[in-house]
Amino acid sequence: MYVAVKGGEKAIDNAHRLLAETRRGDTGVAELSVDQIREQLKLAVDRVMTEGSVYDPELAALAIKQARGDLIEAIFLVRAYRTTLPRFGTSKPVETGKMRLERRISATFKDVPGGQVLGPTFDYTHRLIDFALAAEGEPPRAEAREDFSEETLAAPHVLDLLAEEGLVERPERDDEAVPGDITRHPSEFPMDRATRLQSLARGDESYLLALGYSTQRGYAKSHPFAGEIRLGRVSVEYVPEELGFPVEIGEIELTECNMINQFAGSKKVAPQFTRGYGVAMGHGERKAMAMSLVDRSLRAVELGEEVKAPAQDQEFVLEHCDNVQATGFVEHLKLPHYVDFQSELGLVRRMRQEVESNLAEAAE
Amino acid sequence: MNGDTGAATALRDAQAPEETAARQEWMALLSWATTARLSTLWDGVPDKPGARFLRAPECGLVMTQGRIGGTGSPFNLGEITVTRCSVILDNGTVGHAYQAGRDKAKAEISATLDAMMQDPARRVDLDRTVFQPLRAERARKDAARAAKAAATKVDFFTMVRGED
Repeated sequence: MYVAVKGGEKAIDNAHRLLAETRRGDTGVAELSVDQIREQLKLAVDRVMTEGSVYDPELAALAIKQARGDLIEAIFLVRAYRTTLPRFGTSKPVETGKMRLERRISATFKDVPGGQVLGPTFDYTHRLIDFALAAEGEPPRAEAREDFSEETLAAPHVLDLLAEEGLVERPERDDEAVPGDITRHPSEFPMDRATRLQSLARGDESYLLALGYSTQRGYAKSHPFAGEIRLGRVSVEYVPEELGFPVEIGEIELTECNMINQFAGSKKVAPQFTRGYGVAMGHGERKAMAMSLVDRSLRAVELGEEVKAPAQDQEFVLEHCDNVQATGFVEHLKLPHYVDFQSELGLVRRMRQEVESNLAEAAE
Repeated sequence: MNGDTGAATALRDAQAPEETAARQEWMALLSWATTARLSTLWDGVPDKPGARFLRAPECGLVMTQGRIGGTGSPFNLGEITVTRCSVILDNGTVGHAYQAGRDKAKAEISATLDAMMQDPARRVDLDRTVFQPLRAERARKDAARAAKAAATKVDFFTMVRGED
């Protein structure tokens, strides 16, 4: 509990002015522009969009600047901003199978139609600090190859090919289904998969990474393979009621991961590979992969698996994956709890007195 | 999900399918264009008609849906900022804009162009001066991006080791 405490206005005001000055840093160094953040710290921007759950690179870049690079603080700012806006409606589902690909790899099939397209990746870099970046200079120009087939950059999902044979499960499709929305309705457990995916999509990357990692280390054995990871742009279509037909309101960049996992089958289902799904706004491969591992582990009950690991526990995973909620509760501890603590202090003093007088009596 | 309201139906014009397709294409180009580029192109448009707002530019959100597994049932992926605007020209034609982002000036120009493009007498000229450049720029940009991605495609080769 906290009781309203008056005072400190002047100190707070000055602290915020000091924050503004500290945010700027050495004025002898050029100020960082929002455009520079958007263009050159793109992966930070993408993470803030994903976990802020609002696609708007300019907004995310501004939030990063305001938050001095503290991404959870930036995510908090984006979440707060979204509450000031009306919601016009819901888009048509984006079709990631029609993604204009910039990267598409499969760790399970070498010869996928369209091939393995690496795109702009850290993979296969040596992770050696590049001191050349500390100096100004132009990067090498990316190579371009004009003679590619349409299939290369408009390839269908890899796993759909195997689903034809029944070796890999095919996700159920019901276009009339209205998915749950955690921004409108409080969480209830058990939560269906569509609603879980919304929650995971905005969930903290590091938290999901740790949970996904735990499934690999044996806490919920799922033996995963990266069936497909793709990065590219998709059109967002929305049907304004005054028009009655879909309009492309924009293009968004998404990263998508379909993980393949072993499944021994059950009495009803023959052995086949199951799938976990992850998606992130912008380029967020680690997030999409971690999310797909956790999506799969949370399907334990549906697939008749024993729930015994943290990553299989819906309520544990989903009630703690939101870093804005988490930071709110953890960080509120630094707000004044003077009255709270005074009462605890009084209690401990009384208890100590009792113990001391009991000891004194026993000694007599 | 988007239930019809009387007002919306009244605003909506009966449209032939090919007319709808054409309108979808130009609205998509307007969404795609940057503010700076569209403003430049708009500055070059002669005889701009008088217009007033039916709905002043307004920022909001659209919930973007994805599909489970990429191909399955829909789920809510996260929101996107959207700006909308509706104008009515002096001749009574109504134009709309629904665009990702928070740019009100761009939405206003776009809604006005959407209305103007519905006039067959102006469409040919506007298509040539505004939309043809945007169409070409989008195609060029997509192609350049695709060519760079294509250059990162792995060409596997098999190494034969030892003699049989």
